[in-house]
Amino acid sequence: MQKLRKKIYMVAGYNTISMGTGRKEFNPKKERPGLEEYMKEAGQAVLQKIGGAQNVDEGVIGNFIASRFNRQANMAAFFPYIDEGLRHKPAVRVEGACATGALALVTGIRSILAETADVVLVVGVEVQNTVKAIYCADYLAAAGWAKERKDGHAYFFPGKFNDRAKVYYERFGKEKTRMAMAKWFVNAVENARLCPTAQEHHNTNKDLNALGMMEPNGRSFLDSINVFDCSKVSDGASAIAVVSEEGLKRCGIPKNQAIEIIGFAQAEEDITKAPDDFTILSTTKATVQKAFENAGITKEQLATVECHDCFSIAGIMATEAIGFAEHGKGPDFVLEGHTSRGGKIPFNTTGGLIGWGHPTGATGVHQAVTIWEQLTGNAGDAQIQIPADRPYGMTINMGGDDKSLVSIIYKKAE
Amino acid sequence: MNYTEKLENVSVLGAAGKMGSGILLLTALEMADLSMKPENKDKSFVLNAVDVSSEALIGLMKYIKSQVLKAAEKKVNQLRSFYANRHDLIENSEIINEYIHDVLLIIRPSTNLEVTYNSTLIFEAIKEDPDLKAKIFSQINQNSKHQPWFFTNTSSIPISELDKKAGLNGRVLGVHFYNPPAVQKLVEIIKAENTLPELHEFAVLFSKNLRKTVVPSHDFAGFIGNGHFMRDALYGIQQAEMLTKEYSFAQSVYMINKVSQDFLIRPMGIFQLIDYVGIDVCSYIMSVMNPYLPNEDLHSNLLDKMLELGVRGGQHSDGSQKDGFLKYEKGKPTAIYDINSKSYIEIASLQADCDTKLGNLPQSVKPWKAVVGKPMDEFYKTYFSELKGMKTMGAEIAVKYFLRSKAISEKLVADKVAFTDEDVNTVLKTGFFHAYGPINNYMN
Repeated sequence: MQKLRKKIYMVAGYNTISMGTGRKEFNPKKERPGLEEYMKEAGQAVLQKIGGAQNVDEGVIGNFIASRFNRQANMAAFFPYIDEGLRHKPAVRVEGACATGALALVTGIRSILAETADVVLVVGVEVQNTVKAIYCADYLAAAGWAKERKDGHAYFFPGKFNDRAKVYYERFGKEKTRMAMAKWFVNAVENARLCPTAQEHHNTNKDLNALGMMEPNGRSFLDSINVFDCSKVSDGASAIAVVSEEGLKRCGIPKNQAIEIIGFAQAEEDITKAPDDFTILSTTKATVQKAFENAGITKEQLATVECHDCFSIAGIMATEAIGFAEHGKGPDFVLEGHTSRGGKIPFNTTGGLIGWGHPTGATGVHQAVTIWEQLTGNAGDAQIQIPADRPYGMTINMGGDDKSLVSIIYKKAE
Repeated sequence: MNYTEKLENVSVLGAAGKMGSGILLLTALEMADLSMKPENKDKSFVLNAVDVSSEALIGLMKYIKSQVLKAAEKKVNQLRSFYANRHDLIENSEIINEYIHDVLLIIRPSTNLEVTYNSTLIFEAIKEDPDLKAKIFSQINQNSKHQPWFFTNTSSIPISELDKKAGLNGRVLGVHFYNPPAVQKLVEIIKAENTLPELHEFAVLFSKNLRKTVVPSHDFAGFIGNGHFMRDALYGIQQAEMLTKEYSFAQSVYMINKVSQDFLIRPMGIFQLIDYVGIDVCSYIMSVMNPYLPNEDLHSNLLDKMLELGVRGGQHSDGSQKDGFLKYEKGKPTAIYDINSKSYIEIASLQADCDTKLGNLPQSVKPWKAVVGKPMDEFYKTYFSELKGMKTMGAEIAVKYFLRSKAISEKLVADKVAFTDEDVNTVLKTGFFHAYGPINNYMN
């Protein structure tokens, strides 16, 4: 891919609460905010920080599958609902399963690159608690190949990563891998406790490791992963503005409150094919490599990573795909604490998908917001140290079973 | 006739009642599972839901539908393999809906007893009335060509008596589910003197397939469950009555209820349990059991008086608790009935006073929720020895209550109602959700 021909920034990130089981406010029997409220809360919060709707040229909505969860399509038409000032402005809705959020960001980036816009408001949203988890699994299965659904597990995607975990155990040893998966869960919740919008923010369990180590049970769920290895069902929205140098000025935002996009990459893999090797996230690996090339940096220069840990095994495999750990050594890397908050390369510092939550269409945007918070010093209690010699952050957003991938590399604006 | 054949045509009598509806549900699910096995694809399965009330049967079918939905959601994995060859059923929701449809197809609601004449197996969960039960069994038996088996859910009537009265020649067995059958794990199985062994074999297998815990009981009125509960309840009532010499009625009920719950680490106090079962049901069961107990008077004037005043307890059709000795809001007791003023007195108005009189709980106490289902032998030893050493009013009542429950239980074994100590403990733990069995050495 061509190097970026313009400077691109992200500013004014905002996350709603990731609502669902685990949050004290969550009551499945009571009426809750819908898509509209989440989009409006996140969109308005960004508009306020960038000087209002008149500064926005375009809108992008990232939403995976409101057509089923909420019987809603034509999502771009919610922009004028977010703010009347967005009436008659262009907007588009994009979809790439769980990579939807980052695809929305990339769509905004492309508008800046194409010079058709200087300020793009990007909102990712998903409201999934409209149905029980067992039906949620039906809807989310659309991220895979529809023709595989019939033979798939009731919990289709957990089933996919269960299969990956099983092969991983066979190849590299179950005990250590399970321990690393539990450690991943512990890190996720501990980070989430520091972030007030995280779904696991209220988690007070004293022995998280014991939960993580709970033996998987194929009778009640799956034979190789347990529920703590999985991200939860979430409602939420995240929003951020993607802006050019001119856009930054127009919004009156100082550079120290902006992050710069240094490079990005996208890749697709054939949705009808099974992975060549169940223990490798090969599309993730290819995408990350392309992103590094595009940005002109190496993994050693990263201060933090937001990876797509829809399942703990996916988080571990991501450490290998990025190259931090050799193939089969991801569990050691995690167990040695390198991905923990105080480790060599903190991953998912506000909890990631397992700890913060996974409102699917919003997740890619949430990852960018977390990086924006960390690099600009806006992360509150979840703030980590960003070393001066390693100033970069990276996001990896994955749709389906390693099928649609987006990786973006960021740096604090100078 | 093998297991499957026996379940091809079944009837549940009293199907719309609390116990009947649960038995119907469990049986329907078991029959549906059988019907889905490839070797049974040409067989038809029929489950007659028989009740006197047509209206109640409509409510029953709604209840069954909602419960089958819950069951299906839990076992959707298994259902996906059941329907693996149905290419039109892809999503969980489609599979679950098809399953509900298939289960409901098995059930035939009816107010007509004649439909049972084709059944080979009859579950009975009607009123606890020996003559009525015997009359209906006899009618079915005389009109059926199938020599049907009768499984009665009686919790108090000796099975041998039903066998004789209805002339069933051993084709009857006590299969006593606990309330609510869909949730409670316990099934007491009671052989009459002449019960044919094949009934027992079948019932054990059936209960196991329903994932129930089976406890055998001798054929003695009340069996193990009510044998303990009715005496335990009567003891609680008597203790409260004794307190009324010094305290108001409401205070007395409050204190005994609290001691039997918090001090004894039980899931609910004795008066709440009486309300849960129903004051009318408790009184009635005592009256059924009493004639078989020559050396004992299992009867409470207080329960009679409550019933005269129209206070009955029990549950609404949606499962919520009706007011009885206690008044409930969202399932929690909020007030206590005062038999003199015939009105409820807020617990808040007497609680502090009564709690002071009872004294503190032992320091080592843990709530029931924290200990139930866990091996906590050492804790119970510590707790009950601490309780025993305390001189407060609450502790003294609790110690006596504890020992009385133990004595009742030991007598059930000595009188050959229960086969073993362990059986009594299992019944109390699985049927009454007690955290520990009454026959123990925690106070030795």
